Amino acid sequence: MSEIRELYQELILDHNRNPRNFKPLPDANHHSEGFNPLCGDHYHVYIKTDENGTIQEITFDGKGCAISKASASLMTGFLKGKSVEEAIVAFDSFHDVVTGKIDPETGMAELGKLAVFAGVREFPVRVKCASLAWHTMKAALTETETVISTE
Amino acid sequence: MNTDVKTQTSTDTFNAAKARLDFPALHQEVHGRPLVYLDNAATTHKPASMIEAVNRFYQRDNSNVHRGVHYLSQKATGQYERARQTVRRFINAADENEIIFVRGATEGVNLIAQTFGRHFVHAGDEILISEMEHHSNIVPWQILCEQTGATLKVIPFMDSGEIDLNTYQSMLNPRVKLVGIVHLSNTLGTINPVAEMVKMAHAQEIPVLIDGAQSVAHLPVDVQAIDADFFVFSGHKVFGPTGIGVVYGKMDRLDQLQPYQGGGDMIHSVTFEKTIYADVPHKFEAGTPNIAGAIGLGAALEYLTSWSLEEIIRYENELLRYATQALKKIEGLTIIGNAQNKAGVISFALEDIHPHDIGTILDMEGVAVRTGHHCTQPIMDHYQIPATTRVSLAFYNNQADIDAMMQALQKAIEVFR
Ligand SMILES: Cc1ncc(COP(=O)(O)O)c(C=O)c1O
Repeated sequence: MSEIRELYQELILDHNRNPRNFKPLPDANHHSEGFNPLCGDHYHVYIKTDENGTIQEITFDGKGCAISKASASLMTGFLKGKSVEEAIVAFDSFHDVVTGKIDPETGMAELGKLAVFAGVREFPVRVKCASLAWHTMKAALTETETVISTE
Repeated sequence: MNTDVKTQTSTDTFNAAKARLDFPALHQEVHGRPLVYLDNAATTHKPASMIEAVNRFYQRDNSNVHRGVHYLSQKATGQYERARQTVRRFINAADENEIIFVRGATEGVNLIAQTFGRHFVHAGDEILISEMEHHSNIVPWQILCEQTGATLKVIPFMDSGEIDLNTYQSMLNPRVKLVGIVHLSNTLGTINPVAEMVKMAHAQEIPVLIDGAQSVAHLPVDVQAIDADFFVFSGHKVFGPTGIGVVYGKMDRLDQLQPYQGGGDMIHSVTFEKTIYADVPHKFEAGTPNIAGAIGLGAALEYLTSWSLEEIIRYENELLRYATQALKKIEGLTIIGNAQNKAGVISFALEDIHPHDIGTILDMEGVAVRTGHHCTQPIMDHYQIPATTRVSLAFYNNQADIDAMMQALQKAIEVFR
């Protein structure tokens, strides 16, 4: 049971049960859709940035497993108030930690609560679940064709 | 014409405990737990006699087929062709030349689509398949339809997971050039009434392809009794190696078809002006075939038929009932696919717990199941679910496997509720 709990930490279970910022954002100026065909995880990420490139609001909706949903939920909490540049840097750190490229001890400091996903690196097939929302977020911020224009 | 019924050479009384010992890979630990393998619809494990046959071929008899006058080449050719005879006996084809070796069920469907289909299907024609087909019996027809301008029509199934034969009847018409039906659904466990469906299609002179990928390991298959025009399956789902499979076709159908691929082994003679093709089945087996694979498949089928198939089926049905009853006791669990006539596949959905999370937790307990859409996305769409957890049985499974799976499932529920 202990290995199971290492992956499914209380924080992850909590965010799976009660995802935060789980709603569409009608006045988003960035939006992207992420899909994991292997397991059918499917999310939208909505972001509203201001003229300085600060993330004012970030929300998501969609369906998927506990890991992907909790990851999306925690990501939105983490990125709110950060700049677009900081979000991209956080993407890289998060990605490196869940893929085992960097040691969570050193890499996790600036990721705060997101450290709960360090356990995922023991489960290669679940890395995609943990990083789906992050990829979607990055696409929303960097790919122009996914931007929803708000008048 | 050879019409002898399937002969069971030794027909030992089926003994699941004894059979289990014949499969070396089942006896290992995974994450520190004894392996409980319940993903047989994806691929089955292999009996030692099959592994040994492949090993022996490479260790001793390795040579190319149909090409050399030397000793080893003749020996390899003999074994390869004997495997074809074993397959013929196993599915009770009339003639061993009706057995074409391919890579698997997927290549088999593609072969029929690109030979029969390219020849006989034209713009305005229809191909009829069911809503419960595996992607491998959908996509090759979509490709064909794109190439020819034909239309793909889909026979819906009912929420029980059964095809309504009246609806099927109403969709048969002179524009339909081929019907493709899965014999045993890899997601729903439904056994389709293929013999009856073939008869209905034949009444309008429409040929039928049966996808036997799942049925060969779990049902008696007699292609003449079904009266299938084409029947495909994969070796690896019937205790044989990967990379080998079979297309059966009635000789008069195969005879009319042009080759699938060109190359060596499929010709009588080649000049730059004119090439004369070999006869069926070699016409469809261009290049060096998977010789060891065919020999392994032959050995696997010989192993399987050393047991009484009737007893295996009875045993698997009992296990299916046991597992179904256990699962039904879990609150909030829905079994997807409740056909009257069902074989050892159970797909289920559990409220609040995504199949992917179930799959991971079961795996940590040593229990291998499949989670996802099982290459049948239209079935997921039918039930409006993204995925299921699937337990699929083989004759080497036992009640202890089901109990271990249930215990692991209880752990998943504990974590999530
Ligand atoms: C019903 C069915 N048809 C076709 C296939 C394709 O078999 P293969 O991937 O071995 O070609 C499968 C395998 O999953 C199957 O279950």
